[in-house]
Amino acid sequence: MSLFLDRLTFFRRSREPFAGGHGVTTTEDRRWEDGYRKRWQHDKIVRSTHGVNCTGSCSWKVYVKGGIVTWETQQTDYPRTRPDLPNHEPRGCARGASYSWYLYSGNRVKYPLVRSRLIKLWREARATRTPVAAWASIVDDKTKRSSYMRVRGHGGFVRATWDEVNEIIAAANAYTAKKYGPDRVIGFSPIPAMSMVSYAAGARYLSLLGGVCLSFYDWYCDLPPSSPQTWGEQTDVPESADWYNAGFIILWGSNVPQTRTPDAHFYTEARYRGAKSAVICPDYSEASKFGDIWLSVKQGTDAAVAMAMGHVILKEFHVDRNVPYFTDYVKRYTDMPMLVRLVEQDGKLVPERFLRASDLDGALGEANNPEWKTLAFDARSHELVAPNGSVGFRWGEKGRWNLEARASTGVETDLVLSMKDRDHEMVDVAFPYFGNIDHDHFAGTNHDSVLSRRIPATRIAATGGPTLVTTVYDLLLANYGVDRGFGGGGVAMGHDENMPYTPAWAEAISGVSRDKIIQVAREFADNAERTNGRSMIIIGAGTNHWFHSDMNYRGVINMLALCGCIGKSGGGWSHYVGQEKLRPQSGWIPLTFALDWGRPSRQMNGTSFFYAHTDQWRYETLRPKELLSPTAPAGAWDDTMIDYNVRAERMGWLPSAPQLETNPLSVAKAAKEAGLEPKDYVAASLKSGALKLSCEDPDNPVNWPRNMFVWRSNLLGSSGKGHEYFLKHLLGTSHGVLGKDLGEEGRARPAEVAWHDTAPEGKLDLLVTLDFRMSTTCMYSDIVLPTATWYEKDDLNTSDMHPFIHPLSAAIDPVWEARTDWEIYKGIARAFSKVAPDVLGVEQDVVLTPIMHDSPGEIAQPFDVKDWKKGDIEPVPGRTMPAVTVVERDYPNLYKRFTSLGPLMDKIGNGGKGMNWDTRHEVEFLRRLNGTVTEEGTTKGLAKIDTAIDACEVILSLAPETNGEVAVKAWESLGTFTGREHTQLAVPKEDEKIRFRDIVAQPRKIISSPIWSGLESDKVCYNAGYTNVHELIPWRTLTGRQQLYQDHLWMRAFGESLCIYRPPVDMRTIKPVINQHSNGEKQIVLNFVTPHQKWGIHSTYTDNLLMLTLSRGGPIVWISENDARKAGIVDNDWIEAYNTNGALVARAVVSQRVKDGMCMMYHAQEKIVNMPGSETTGRRGGIHNSVTRVVLKPTHMIGGYAQQSYGFNYYGTIGTNRDEFVIVRKLSKVDWLEGPFDENAPKGPKPRMQAAE
Amino acid sequence: MSNYINHALFGWYPYLCLTVFLVGSVVRFDREQYTWKAGSSQFLRRNQLRWGSNLFHVGILMIFAGHFVGLLTPIWVFDALGVAHSAKQMLAIAAGGFAGSLCLVGIILLAHRRLADPRISSTSSFSDTAILLLLLAQLLLGLSTIIVSLGHLDGHEMVKFMTWAQGTLTLQGDAWKQVVDVNPVFKAHLALGMTIFLVFPFTRLVHVWSAPVWYLGRSGYQVVRARGGSAAAYAREPRP
Repeated sequence: MSLFLDRLTFFRRSREPFAGGHGVTTTEDRRWEDGYRKRWQHDKIVRSTHGVNCTGSCSWKVYVKGGIVTWETQQTDYPRTRPDLPNHEPRGCARGASYSWYLYSGNRVKYPLVRSRLIKLWREARATRTPVAAWASIVDDKTKRSSYMRVRGHGGFVRATWDEVNEIIAAANAYTAKKYGPDRVIGFSPIPAMSMVSYAAGARYLSLLGGVCLSFYDWYCDLPPSSPQTWGEQTDVPESADWYNAGFIILWGSNVPQTRTPDAHFYTEARYRGAKSAVICPDYSEASKFGDIWLSVKQGTDAAVAMAMGHVILKEFHVDRNVPYFTDYVKRYTDMPMLVRLVEQDGKLVPERFLRASDLDGALGEANNPEWKTLAFDARSHELVAPNGSVGFRWGEKGRWNLEARASTGVETDLVLSMKDRDHEMVDVAFPYFGNIDHDHFAGTNHDSVLSRRIPATRIAATGGPTLVTTVYDLLLANYGVDRGFGGGGVAMGHDENMPYTPAWAEAISGVSRDKIIQVAREFADNAERTNGRSMIIIGAGTNHWFHSDMNYRGVINMLALCGCIGKSGGGWSHYVGQEKLRPQSGWIPLTFALDWGRPSRQMNGTSFFYAHTDQWRYETLRPKELLSPTAPAGAWDDTMIDYNVRAERMGWLPSAPQLETNPLSVAKAAKEAGLEPKDYVAASLKSGALKLSCEDPDNPVNWPRNMFVWRSNLLGSSGKGHEYFLKHLLGTSHGVLGKDLGEEGRARPAEVAWHDTAPEGKLDLLVTLDFRMSTTCMYSDIVLPTATWYEKDDLNTSDMHPFIHPLSAAIDPVWEARTDWEIYKGIARAFSKVAPDVLGVEQDVVLTPIMHDSPGEIAQPFDVKDWKKGDIEPVPGRTMPAVTVVERDYPNLYKRFTSLGPLMDKIGNGGKGMNWDTRHEVEFLRRLNGTVTEEGTTKGLAKIDTAIDACEVILSLAPETNGEVAVKAWESLGTFTGREHTQLAVPKEDEKIRFRDIVAQPRKIISSPIWSGLESDKVCYNAGYTNVHELIPWRTLTGRQQLYQDHLWMRAFGESLCIYRPPVDMRTIKPVINQHSNGEKQIVLNFVTPHQKWGIHSTYTDNLLMLTLSRGGPIVWISENDARKAGIVDNDWIEAYNTNGALVARAVVSQRVKDGMCMMYHAQEKIVNMPGSETTGRRGGIHNSVTRVVLKPTHMIGGYAQQSYGFNYYGTIGTNRDEFVIVRKLSKVDWLEGPFDENAPKGPKPRMQAAE
Repeated sequence: MSNYINHALFGWYPYLCLTVFLVGSVVRFDREQYTWKAGSSQFLRRNQLRWGSNLFHVGILMIFAGHFVGLLTPIWVFDALGVAHSAKQMLAIAAGGFAGSLCLVGIILLAHRRLADPRISSTSSFSDTAILLLLLAQLLLGLSTIIVSLGHLDGHEMVKFMTWAQGTLTLQGDAWKQVVDVNPVFKAHLALGMTIFLVFPFTRLVHVWSAPVWYLGRSGYQVVRARGGSAAAYAREPRP
């Protein structure tokens, strides 16, 4: 009755002692305990996950109490694994467990926000004008435009209503499309697998508009181009459960316990099972302590170690002793038996391109694509054969694109691996060597730039006369410097000889002792030999973010291929960097890129886009010539990086955005007036110069990107390499760029690109960001839209790391005025359809598309590189230049199109990776499931896509991975290419159809599909390349096999036809500034590496109070004890790191774990938390990317060449950043930059140094 | 000061204050268990707290004990023990002055911390700050009475307060007349003291009731609280 009165129990107080009076039993009131019980009581539990870029896809229970999300715990109801395999759970980590903090935190974006200066201008203009005219009056007035642009990042947001901001955005988009072209409206959102429908929402809007989606995987530098080069596959990797099947695991630059936390248990369990593990990374990382052996490699020299290990494997397991399993594997599944021409150049023989059927008289009887069929010798018939499976068999004919050991004639073959096994002559062949390049911070050796090595070769009669050929196998052995008793120079007599690429040589480069290299290589190969390939390499960002990451990766891939590990359970290449496997990809693509309404959509590779439009190219210090191979074929290899990119764009290799200087909405009309087909008109006009590609003048206002959407991303706080250049040129606000551009420096300017003496500052008219938290990107935006958190929306999520499809589901409705991404873009689409008819109707949009991988067009440019602009060849759309398509845009009906499944799915069907299948049945099913549009108009009778769950059902119904019937159709489609039966892999699951509510009940395993190279079954874990090896499906490369030799002209020119060691490049960002900005403190120059962090997933969680509490609560940089001593820095000092790109501040963590000579800044620590100003730039802190600048590599631009053709997020330039160095020193004064914003201060750096003396 | 005011302030006001003090405490204990706490801010910041809190608490406990014994012990007990009024007065001045000084240093530290530390001040409620300032004011008044007391060291004024306090507690309607003519400083001190009792249930002072003094006399190191607990309570409320 009363807590007080109930206590008054004077007559009943019973306290019974026990244990000799040491204990006492009481009967006191225990109701207070209910407080604790209620603490953990809740109204409901909802399954969701974290749509963050961690590849986790962990199942979480989200607890709701009184309408409030209170906390989350790990789910434990994953479907069980088979008896001999540990279960997947528990999955999750401390970061995910802290997520619910965000929902109600001060950092939550609660209302639509808009820059107050902009909204004032808008309201004033809108009072008398239509929306589009109002927008025009603002952005066409320089003063008005600059008034809100120049304060980006300096606060000044006010609340607005959804109706008002939607109208502004719609008006801006409509005006931009009308005036410049819809391809000036850009969208950036990464990693669709995090939340597929959210991604799809924005991309569907942009695609219906004709806007551009930027790629991210390459921009994040998580794409290893070596994967498409070798396998024709973006990246495909084993699920983490497969680690358990491995016998030997190398962790190479990957920090599994820290960055793959939910999967780390499989690593532990594999170790319990008896797997041995080596860890290779410079620092004593959390992973290092798992290793039986730790190889502390000098950062950036991993390729040297990999090459040395390859040397040991080749010498001991292929030459001195021949392991039958290895030999058989490389013969069947790699390009090693394929023949390569040797040609004379400057008096030396150099390896050239693959021999093709077209090189022979009669082309071996191959009428279809003979120039795309590679050749080998058959040991049985001693004849030249065109083995099945090369890309020439893939297109234009049926049934012979497979890896059966047969020639195209159908006879069984046994391919010759080495020319020494048949008639041959010995020749000396030249190989490039780059390990002798001087670098201030990386050791080299003084071997010659050209290494001559002796190999067996055969002369064959070709169309052009006798041609010397040899196999890739012979070239590879020679390239590794392995002695085969052929004499000649350049080969090593033992592992202790310092000769590229022996263990002794690698010791000099990498600092890893030769004994360790030999031991690990031997154990790795020995295990693979005993287990038929169960040796695995888990590789990560540590090796992938270098300019020459291709070499690090190909060195590792070679080891795996040489030991027969790819496509084998428990073996293979486990690259886990940023990729989340979008498992129902082919169901998702039509929804996302609005392929149900128009094909193709506009896509652009992010790295080249940002390089051009943040004007980082204007500061380029690296010349292509420096990268050129000493054995490069003759040619004009000079000029600048952006010149190569421009050439790649116009030859149809890379995409362009914006595409043409002319508004693409006007091109079709002009073609009609000229009486030409649009594609012919574009080709002719490009040639005559009447049309110009935008990439040739990115600083011309007509070529600027004008509107940009950022969603599900923190572009400016995380991935934006060259952060300060973004601020200066793209946004036009205050920045900290310290260096000078090519013009000011008087260095050579690009040949293909127009130079403006004054660079533009502020290209974007409007930057819109959707986020649930006030990130750095939001701070710099003009409009911030409050989006739903991962506990407030319905969506799909999948991962590389496990085979389940997982939902995000709404535990509660979005709080405050937040809306889901799907609803936000729907709202913008609705506003757009209302606003656009003012200036736009049904328009014909001319779209340029590069030559796409996995399309019949990918075999476009077989031999030399021919540039139509230089008159080498005629411009032919889709063959020597981008393809040209006209796509109809129905702007007044954009909203209606957005919310219904368009007619092209019925008419054309669906497909993926070169396959096609009919999809009418699924469309009919969706009509019944989602209902049809009843409203009169263009979309009446089509299946509705109204809610996010409708959108989920579209994805799930159309994808083979979630609809067994589609899977069977997809395997059938593949069968027509391979001439083999594959449907048995899906028939048992034909009736299985996974729906959204199913996965909300429990995560569901996906169905095996030919879109992926692994199988998901009761017998094996998902492993990449598994179906290539076991179902004899070719890799989607030129040779159809794992291709270790890259024969494209540009690959040869830049010395990378075979894997070699290349030291990090010199970015030249230190010398111009090191003596310019003294603050009186000692300085030290360190390599700047940016690993993934412990207290966040990229920038997410780094502003979360719980994670801040667990860490130091602000930005940190790790420095070794020795380096810290040299610079007079002690632990927890505020330090500054700077170079020509800008400056950042952080606290120093001084630790023995860090290798001397480098500093580690966990990447993407938010600029908005605990960040003082930099003394050098006078700007607030800076993020890790304030000291980076992106550099392109020409070999990543190659296109129109089988696997080296463009694909969105598949191939293209990558945003590397680890070759960067910084000057580190103590801050003399910590300045928090308190005080009002100074409107009239210059936008550039304004040093706040205390006078040194 | 008119008789009416004196009567109201020292005749009726004490009963109002005592009633609110007792009834309010019980009601709050019954209805607002989650607010029954000391509200320590040690978690937020420790600086100044070690000296401030300890000096304050030691001082105020001594002052409380002094007032309790000094005011409520019947005069005949002192007489029987042979303690002269003047001696008791001297003791009160000396002990009170000492304890008051400790308490003053402590409370100034606490007040400074509460007002000047942004982290503490922004997490303080109105009552947290108000009660601290009330106690400070009361302490200053109490210390200033020492100066007045030095003028009548024979202790006759003190006897008036004892008579008033004991008379009030024993419901003697004219007890207020004892203090009609004392120095206004004393009157202010009395009035403010009663006010502190008045606001007591509405502030963090309620933790005084729950000072864990029982812990000192505990028996048994392992405490087993039987299921069912306080039998009466559990008999009425079925467990979920």
